[in-house]
Amino acid sequence: MLRGAGDLDNWHLKVYEGRWEGYQGMKKALKMEPTAVTAEVKASDIRGRGGAGFRTGLKWSFMPKDTPERKHTRYLVCNGDEGEPGTFKDRAILEYNPHQLIEGMIIGGWAMQCRMGFIYLRGEFSWLIDKLEAAIQEARDAGYLGRNILGTGWDFDILTYRGAGAYICGEETALLNSLEGRRGEPRVKPPFPASVGAFGQPTTVNNVETLAAVAPILRMGGAEYAKLGTPGNTGTRIYGVSGHVKRPGLYELPLGLPLEFLMNDLAGGSSTGAKIKAVIPGGSSAPVFTAKDFDCPLDFDTVRARGSMAGSGGLIVMDERTCMVQATLRLIKFYAHESCGQCTPCREGCNWMEMILHRLEHGQGRPDDLDLLASLPPRINMRTLCPLGDAACGPMESMLQKFRDEFEYHVQHKTCMPGTRSILPAAALAAH
Amino acid sequence: MNHPLPPETSDAPLAPGERLPKAKREKLSPESVAKIQEIAARFPDKLAGTLPALYIAQKEFGFLSLGAMKEVAAALGVPEGHVFGVATFYTMFRKRPVGRYHFEVCTNLSCALNGAAELLQKVIDRTGARPGEGPTADGMWSVEEVECLASCGSGPCIQINHGVFDEFVDEAKLEAIIDACRRGETAAWGE
Repeated sequence: MLRGAGDLDNWHLKVYEGRWEGYQGMKKALKMEPTAVTAEVKASDIRGRGGAGFRTGLKWSFMPKDTPERKHTRYLVCNGDEGEPGTFKDRAILEYNPHQLIEGMIIGGWAMQCRMGFIYLRGEFSWLIDKLEAAIQEARDAGYLGRNILGTGWDFDILTYRGAGAYICGEETALLNSLEGRRGEPRVKPPFPASVGAFGQPTTVNNVETLAAVAPILRMGGAEYAKLGTPGNTGTRIYGVSGHVKRPGLYELPLGLPLEFLMNDLAGGSSTGAKIKAVIPGGSSAPVFTAKDFDCPLDFDTVRARGSMAGSGGLIVMDERTCMVQATLRLIKFYAHESCGQCTPCREGCNWMEMILHRLEHGQGRPDDLDLLASLPPRINMRTLCPLGDAACGPMESMLQKFRDEFEYHVQHKTCMPGTRSILPAAALAAH
Repeated sequence: MNHPLPPETSDAPLAPGERLPKAKREKLSPESVAKIQEIAARFPDKLAGTLPALYIAQKEFGFLSLGAMKEVAAALGVPEGHVFGVATFYTMFRKRPVGRYHFEVCTNLSCALNGAAELLQKVIDRTGARPGEGPTADGMWSVEEVECLASCGSGPCIQINHGVFDEFVDEAKLEAIIDACRRGETAAWGE
């Protein structure tokens, strides 16, 4: 998926077709029965790359079949609302390899017999929209999109849609609300989008990276793709490494390679000379790992078994000079800001956690604050319509549990632990 | 209010009783109305045109005044309350004016670990604008802290209007950008 990344001409159709076997997977798929295409994706055993890791082939098979009473209008929606701190993989696909995404959407559209596809992009990617639309137009001009695609009699087109700066729109039902021009508030499930999705019609929502992986799956065959990675965690995925490493950036690897291989061998280890103290292994909502977990293979199941989640594959690396109270405050501030406000536990809980962390950070911590802080995640977790509240609880609980000494130091000494340095803006701190 | 809240930024929700500032213009141009209706017609429901229409109105008005929202509602033929509800939900719809060059500095964790705090302070020092205080007196600059710009691997990162700039390893890059703004060499950033 990262082939050609960094090459400013790589996004053109002629480059994609000439250099990367572009649209071969689509041509193969269009000669197959739609159900056989879904079967091929099932055989690859690929799991969604957005965060939850749900099996893509299974998700596709949830789309309802036409019945004599009703012919469905189905939609395929690409979730390009990448907005979680530490996660920056989809942007590279959209910027350098949009045709691979478009090809994946056409294959998915054929498999589920959709009539229309939407690419929902986060609002901040405004500078990417023109390029993406130019790529879509190239595909239209080549006859890959529009009416009667390659003589199959099947019509399919893709529209882009720009969000407006709400992280919650990465949640699939909030995204659908936003796509319909409403406030991006998650919907009650059921009904699930496969039955009632965009504009009331059956809809499948897939992440950018998941859809971009579909073209290689069709090209090489599902069974061959499944040989990459480990059983149950197949294929490659893009890991975004940021923070205190010498070579931050994106790395596409088979699933199951150890975290320390990625962090030390590929990303070069600590950039500051100080030892690495903690790593968030799957985007900012994943519970933090400490040194004892750095040998963890990066696949969905093992990371979960070790108490965190592979999530979106964004690794945030922190050295031992990082104040974990400040790091936690910065993350929780994000969730408090991004809570849509619909569910009280999330709206009030995230703000409450932020308020207590502010207190600790400003030397106003109270003796019972840490117990109060620890008591909040269980009151938020699994008590909301969508997982945003849960996402805030992951880092909060794990940071407090694994770095309790730093939190206690803040309460007792009204300042950061010696040897750590501030990462928060002084201007913002002074105003709080 | 019994707990410390961050300072208000230009994307902050309206306080109870706070009125939206007035924009200089009253009406959307006929071209914009036509564009809004053309975009809305692409979707299965005209309501879907709300977000694109608000972007068009924001570009024309500079920010989303109450008048701008009413114009959007009229152009789409949807209730004004719906448009107001949507406009006030999303942070990228500005309810207050911003400077000609609006600096959005990501201070979230990945950027913070690599010096976003220092970068924000430099932007404040160089432009004279402060986060949440609207544009400078000459209307040139405004600054805002934002949550994430998806440049975590190359942070710290700033978005200026529609241009994204990252890898601020030294001050020279910021100086060069600010100089380019002063010279007006910024058409590609979507002024």
